[in-house]
Amino acid sequence: MSTPPPLPRWADLVLLPFLNLCAAFLICGLIVYAIGENPFEAMGVMVRGAFIYQGGLGYTLYYTTSIIFTGLAVAVAFHAGMFNIGGEGQATFGGIGAALAAFGCAWAPGIIALPMAILGAVLAGALWGVIPGYLQAKRGSHIVITTIMFNFIAASVLVWLLAGPLIQPGQSSPQTAPLPDQTWLPGMSDMLARAGVETAHTPLNGSFFIALAALGLFWALIWRTRLGYEIRAVGQNADAAHYAGINGARVIIIAMAVAGAFAGLLATNEVLGSSHRVVNSFTAGYGFTGIAVALMGRNHPIGIFLAALLFGALFQGGAELDFEYRTISREMVLLIQGMIILFSGALAYMFNPPLARLIARMAAGREHSCE
Amino acid sequence: MSDFFFQLLLILDSTLRIATPLMLCAMAGIFSERSGIVDISLEGKMLSGAFVAATVAALTGSAWAGLFCAMGAGVFMSLIHGFACITHRGDHVVSGVAINILASGLTVVLGIALFRRGGQTPHLPKEDRFTPIEWIGVSVLDPVPVVGAVYRQLISGHNPLVYGALIAVPVCAFIIYHTRFGLRLRAVGEVPEAVDSAGVSVAWLRYRALIAGGLLCGIAGAYLSIAQGAHFVREMSAGKGYIALAAVIFGNWRPIPAFLACLLFGFLEAWTARLQGTTIWLLQDIPTPLVQAMPYVLTVLLLAGLIGRPRPPAAIGQPYGK
Repeated sequence: MSTPPPLPRWADLVLLPFLNLCAAFLICGLIVYAIGENPFEAMGVMVRGAFIYQGGLGYTLYYTTSIIFTGLAVAVAFHAGMFNIGGEGQATFGGIGAALAAFGCAWAPGIIALPMAILGAVLAGALWGVIPGYLQAKRGSHIVITTIMFNFIAASVLVWLLAGPLIQPGQSSPQTAPLPDQTWLPGMSDMLARAGVETAHTPLNGSFFIALAALGLFWALIWRTRLGYEIRAVGQNADAAHYAGINGARVIIIAMAVAGAFAGLLATNEVLGSSHRVVNSFTAGYGFTGIAVALMGRNHPIGIFLAALLFGALFQGGAELDFEYRTISREMVLLIQGMIILFSGALAYMFNPPLARLIARMAAGREHSCE
Repeated sequence: MSDFFFQLLLILDSTLRIATPLMLCAMAGIFSERSGIVDISLEGKMLSGAFVAATVAALTGSAWAGLFCAMGAGVFMSLIHGFACITHRGDHVVSGVAINILASGLTVVLGIALFRRGGQTPHLPKEDRFTPIEWIGVSVLDPVPVVGAVYRQLISGHNPLVYGALIAVPVCAFIIYHTRFGLRLRAVGEVPEAVDSAGVSVAWLRYRALIAGGLLCGIAGAYLSIAQGAHFVREMSAGKGYIALAAVIFGNWRPIPAFLACLLFGFLEAWTARLQGTTIWLLQDIPTPLVQAMPYVLTVLLLAGLIGRPRPPAAIGQPYGK
């Protein structure tokens, strides 16, 4: 097989993800058609639900917030050459850490208690990321398997905590008591109301700004710091990085701690921002959505933001499908998600070579006609 | 003492029933991982198998038709995995994640479209399922003290797929260690270049390994929905595919040790299930969720080299191209 010419940057960053997205939507559209519904109508319902109906945009951005965090958790690890499937577990621990810190700081005013709760989420998430990182770097356990196992262990720990030590006294449902008021992140509609803008009440909250800050922080870390350089060096060629004097084991451990910290921040949206308590499986598969988002967003903050927005819209639009159709449910979104991971991840090389050849031929043709 | 014996017998009995899908998936995992393909999609293949088995059994009224179609579904998912990993040299883990997510979405979407029951399939009557077979001589042996109880509880009275899984283990071991296909399979997971230079197609070998795995995962799925259960429920595989993967690693990618790991994990679950609300046993003070995490904890410890040294196939996860 001859090597195809390299893809131009614009095609790699814009055209290829777009093609992959189209392929995913095409197959899902065919499935909707096979079910006996009109795929374009279903698409319209999703778009209206996600952006146009009252409160739709708020919900979309609320989902986007969570997905940004898990997308970053996957992307940091990708840059270091690792596949972090453990977003679910790290986010679960983030929730546990946030709750423990919030209850521990019940005595303190909000100016202390809220940052402590956020810090609790970050540290607990980082803890659940750093252990697989350590095992990979020092003991040679494969990060993929370890993080899968850590997801299940975290889920079991959460079930145990919610069934016993942390259960709301006098309740039988597996959830904690409401967190102290001062650790709640303010809701977006309340904040806007204070500024004089009336909007529909949605779970969108202040953690949206934390997510935007995290995107900026991620960009600065990866492309503007020494550590980020080391992370990329190890990810692209561990041997070369080693010869350049970079301590690969240390970089892997730190990268996984950072990844876990980003995933842990999911708790600021789901726990501190919206439900104000820890409930069972509050991570709701966001850790896996993060994989799709990192792959589609090409591990770049802008790409991750756009991909997270797309998935936020899909989640909210999927909820709208549930209302509008008896035959299509929100699991359609899981299907789209799976297709996107398949096309933009596993089959990433399918469209690449023919596309590269096509673009090269077109470029050559243009040069000819100029002559 | 007799109470102890009877309790133990019941636990071993349910160990076998819990371990059946694990064994089938673990054998599937061994086939594909031994050929060099990372297979975290056991879960998704099993789930697809479970859905298709329950759907076909409900529509046709035949458990066997359900089983065969489930095997087909497992193979179909395997072929997607192969198309991505072998043909297009994609990342094995990404493809596996995609298949798992696809399976959990597709089964519910199609389930709702077909039956409008929130993703469940209709309840199957006894005739449309695989039901327990009572072996001959159970009542004859009953009066014999220990043997009679063991024969009735443990050996007899399982559905055909349990026995199928028990047969699948030695068959897989035989194929892998005593056939030409098995020899090539092991070689292709270690040094694919050698297999290639001997004139054997690496891709076709790996596809065959994946197809074998798909068949086994399909049977495991059928077991969940039309043998052990009576209909499909969303997410009914509930992480069993990952436990099977843990068993593969625990068994060092070898059939018989992996089979023993499945029994161990099954035993742990059966034990905790029995323990709830009783005060006879040692483990009563350990919370159930933490015991349920044991297979995962043990696997992490094993991979960390704290209990033995795992030795995965050398070429696993690496795409092969000339």
